[in-house]
Order: sequence, then structure tokens, then C-alpha cells
Amino acid sequence: MEKENHFFIDSDKLSAKALEKKHRLENDPSCRKDPMEYFPDMEQIKSDVRERVMAAMHAYEPEQYTAIDVRRALDHERVTIEDFQALLSPAAKPFLEEMAERAQRETSRHFGNTVYLFTPLYIANYCENYCVYCGFNCYNDIQRLQLSHDEIAHEMKVIADSGMEEILILTGENKVKSSVEYIGDACKLAHQYFKNVGLEVYPMNVADYKYLHDCGADYVTVFQETYDLKKYETLHLLGHKRVWPYRFEAQERALMGGMRGVGFSALLGLSDFRRDALATALHVYYLQRKYPQAEFSLSCPRLRPIINNEKINPLDVGEHELCQILCAYRLFLPYVGITVSSRESATFRNGIAKICATKISAGVSTGIGDHEEKYTGKHEEKTGDEQFEICDTRSIRSMYGDMEGEGLQPVLNDYLYV
Amino acid sequence: MKEQQEDVLELGGHTFHSRFILGSGKYSLALIEAAVRDAGAEIVTCAVRRANTKEHENILDYIPKGVTLLPNTSGARTADEAVRIAHLARELGCGDFVKIEIMRDTKYLLPDNEATIRATETLAKEGFVVLPYMYPDLNVARDLVNAGAAAVMPLAAPIGSNKGLVTKEFIQILIDEIDAPIIVDAGIGSPAQACEAMQMGAAAIMANTALATAGDLPLMASAFKDAIAAGRKAYRAGLGRVLTRGAAASDPLTGFLRD
Repeated sequence: MEKENHFFIDSDKLSAKALEKKHRLENDPSCRKDPMEYFPDMEQIKSDVRERVMAAMHAYEPEQYTAIDVRRALDHERVTIEDFQALLSPAAKPFLEEMAERAQRETSRHFGNTVYLFTPLYIANYCENYCVYCGFNCYNDIQRLQLSHDEIAHEMKVIADSGMEEILILTGENKVKSSVEYIGDACKLAHQYFKNVGLEVYPMNVADYKYLHDCGADYVTVFQETYDLKKYETLHLLGHKRVWPYRFEAQERALMGGMRGVGFSALLGLSDFRRDALATALHVYYLQRKYPQAEFSLSCPRLRPIINNEKINPLDVGEHELCQILCAYRLFLPYVGITVSSRESATFRNGIAKICATKISAGVSTGIGDHEEKYTGKHEEKTGDEQFEICDTRSIRSMYGDMEGEGLQPVLNDYLYV
Repeated sequence: MKEQQEDVLELGGHTFHSRFILGSGKYSLALIEAAVRDAGAEIVTCAVRRANTKEHENILDYIPKGVTLLPNTSGARTADEAVRIAHLARELGCGDFVKIEIMRDTKYLLPDNEATIRATETLAKEGFVVLPYMYPDLNVARDLVNAGAAAVMPLAAPIGSNKGLVTKEFIQILIDEIDAPIIVDAGIGSPAQACEAMQMGAAAIMANTALATAGDLPLMASAFKDAIAAGRKAYRAGLGRVLTRGAAASDPLTGFLRD
């Protein structure tokens, strides 16, 4: 297994000047912006959550835990932070089946045998960031597209007609192309077609979140990608996303803006996955103490190949490791929703839905404006390229049937706007 | 047997013979079937937020005819939201019963007693048969009844925990002091616990997880039915004395008293 991914790909369509800047960003750390320094338009909030999470992450030494620590953790009725650290450690690997059994009991206690279905809708793939692992990155040669109001409505209708009741709206990160107003317009449209509207867009200020909440969205997901700042700095070389603390505080700003719930994740395979998993869960844990009325969810994406770079992979995060992380999440945070995306295989998703996942996507496209083509086979002239390659391509109908076949009860709507 | 038939549960002018109410946490057709057929449930709770769906798994379709629907306001974080959800339930044709659930904590789902009193007052005035889910507190129970609650529903233990009568002493106080029916809700994990609560004088038991997570659903439903009936009979019969240590003294300690 390779120790590192090779992310840098040069497109022959880039000008000499652009290539030179790209190479400088990649090779000369001194020419990059300080990732701790906020842009002037970025709101800074007072919060101690980041310090607490980072202190715990820096103190965590996964190799120090032994089977005795794991046994103790599994014998505790309530899993403490210390127990959680043991469950995430390499020493817990032989206990995976027992962890899964207990995770299943906890999931059943809090969520019954339900599994919630949703679908993502990418409305634009323009991006100002250079995140080296992402298909949307500004140097990657892909077909760019932004859907118009009518095109968004059309895509939503196609999805709604398939029976889906929750939509997750996504964009690339480009505040000029995909402005807050543009996203707000999409939320208002979505509100007409769906019962629940979630957002996975660039981090924004409290007032923006408040505006989007008024437009009909009430759930905000932001992936931190990695909590390892040193690593983060080498992967997010350009753009607003480079500012690490502003991203970290996005969920808290969303809650301050009145959102009902927030989602979190590290992108597994970028850095030490055990430390990233610890930080992700503690990010939820400490925010939950501050905002007990809010709903929280965790995702667990692993790196996937992108257009122009087929070799990107999640390195040492195999399915066993992913399952261990998810079971540990469930035992530490039994009340939190866990989403498993179409990055994972149908077999893995069927299995994990019976253990601890509570929400899975179906009928997924990570491209732009191609739902009708994917759902009905009708050719669409204008489509934008995908953010990453998905693995599980099941339609909503087949996912619904498969989940029932697994003895689970698919749920399409579980919240009411009042 | 005549006397047995007359032992009915009255809620807001409606009469029920069953003292088992199915809660809403984990829904499946099999669970509702078992609750109605094997546990004899005449009241089935449903979460309005789950009922508000377009097609597929609309749980209202699962409720058999003749069973009273008890829509709950789960998901509400304020009294205002609970009231609005109750209105929506009425619009959806769920009848006039409403179970108030207001939670400001998504981790433990503990009820907000103060907001529950306010929502109860509003909805009772509007003619709803209000059944408020609450943390067992005597003052709050009195306020709820004064606000028009048809019954009071204290939790036995954290919802979904199957831990049984963790708040036993406080539920007993409500049973002793409140005239309205006390329906034990949340935490009842086994027929033995249900029986004990009924023996204490609870008017009915609401459960869901205990059935939903059982190995054999219909058999567990039937066990709950028997246990609730047994507990009720014991309560009505009046419990016998409990000897705390060894046998009763044959020579009374006060036998020496001469007048």
C-alpha cells in the first residue's frame, strides 16, 4: 500500500502563468496564505470548542491503548471520551464484532429499525479553491456548469417525482458564482418540492445562515476534511477554504443562525484517521453541550478517485477501519445520526445500515444537471462533471426495496416545519 | 366477571378497556399488528412528523380501523411548535387526542415541563384531549391537570432505555395525589416492570421499545397484556402485607400492656 496519494495533476489547458502559480503553491509553502488568518469578510465568533477539540486530539496517542482499555470501555454502560479513544485505537480491532453488536443495540434503542433516505443535488461546480484531492478544484480540467432557476426546478421535479422527500443542495465553493442569494433561491424552490432541505455549501456568516434558514433550509453540513492543521495546509492551497478555523466554526455559526441541525465529517484518508475521527466526534460532543436543542449527524467519507486522477484512494482506511470508526461513533454518541454516502459499495452500505448508519443516499449524482438522464435515460445536453466517482449507484426505488429486504424500514421524511 | 368489565380507563370522555398504549418510537407494521392483536392496544401513538409524508410509508395507513390515534408532537422544541403540530394533526384527520412532547435536548429527549404546561393550557382550551408527557414532578402534574390535561404521563426512565421504574417514588406520589389518570410512559422495558407500575396504581402503560426490540414480537406483546392485567388486578385487590424480616412475631411486642 502506498503511504501517500499523488494529488498533483497538470492540465494541458492551463496557461504558462497559471501553471507556474499552481506549481509555486504546490512546492513553496511560503507563498501560501496563513491558514489561521481570516479573510476580512469572515465573521469571527467567540467559542472555546475549537481549543477543547484540538487539545484532546493533540494529546491522543492511539498506540498507547491496549486490549484491557478496550475491554473496560466495552464494559462501561456509558462510553467516556477515554473509552472512545480506546475504541478508536488499533487495540480495538479484535473487538470489532462485539463493538458492532453493541452498536446495533444502541442504534435500535435510539432509531429503531429505520433508515432514512435522501438524495444530494449539485447545482453548480464552479470553485475558487485549490483542494488537491477534489474533482471540483479550480485547476482541474472539468466541464463547469451552474444551473439556472428553471434548471434547478426541473432537476428537483425529476427527483421529487421519484418519491424523495429530503434534498441536500450542494455547490462548489465560489461565492461570486454561487452567491448566498443564488443558494437561497434554490432553497425556496426546494421547499416547494421537498419536506426537508439541507445544505452542503461553503461556510458562511451567521446572517447568511439566518437568511438561508428563512429561505427554507434547516440543516447544514460542513466537512472539515482534516483536523490536522499542518496536513490541511498542504492540501488546501488556495481560496477561502484554506482558512481552517473559519471552516471549523461553520456549524456553530449555522446554529447561531437558527438552523435545526448540523453535520460533520473528516475526509478519511487525508491524515491520521484515528485522530481525525476523535476530533470529529469531539467537535459534535462539545457543540452538543452548548446547543442541546440541535440535531447532530456524522458522515464518514473516504477518499475516492476523481476525473483526471483515478489513483486517489483512502490509503490505510479499509472497510474494517471504517466500520470500527462508525461503531465507535455510535457507542460514544448514540443519539447522533450517521450518514453513509454512495462513496461506499452497496454491500458495505447494506451491512452498515444494520449496525449503525441511520441515513443513506440513493439515486445519487455528483455531477450537475444530469438527474433526468440518470433517472430516465433521457439525454441532457448540458451537464457538469462530477466531484468524485460514486460507488453505489442504486436508484431510490432499488434502495428502498433493498433496505426493506434487509429488514429495515426506509423513511423518507422525519421532520416537520412548523 | 361483570366487575372486570366495568374497570375501564376514561380519557377525556372516551372509554377504553385496554390499559396498554403503543408508543411511537419505533414503527413497523408488524409492531402495530402485534400491539393491537396480541397486546390488545386500543390507542396507538403516531408522530405527526412521520405521518406528514407523501406516499410510501405513511404510518397513518398502518393504523387499523377502530383504534384511537394518539398523535404526538415529537420534534417540537417550544410550546408554540407543539401547538402548531397539534393543529396539523387535526387537519390531517388524526382526531382530537394529542400527546404533548416538547424536548429541548436531542441527546436524552427529556421533556420540558414548563413549556408542556403552556401547550396543555392552549390545546385543552381548543377542545383537544391533552395527554402531556412529563418528568414526574408533583407541582407540574397539578398545573397540568389545572390546565386541562386529561391524564398525566410521567416518564419511568429515559425514553428507549428499557430501564424500568427509575422514578418509582415520584410516580407513586403522582398516583397518590393526582385525581387524573397517571399513564406511565417511557422506560418500561419488561412486562414485570409494567406489572409493577400497574400494581402501584398507574392507569395505563405506554411502551414501544420493549416490544420493538423483543425477540418474538407477538409473544412479548401478549406478555405485556397479561402483565398489565395482572398488575391492575393486584392494585384493585389491594396488596397484602410484606414481612420485612423473618416471620411475624407470635408474641406481640406490646403484649405486656395491661389496660
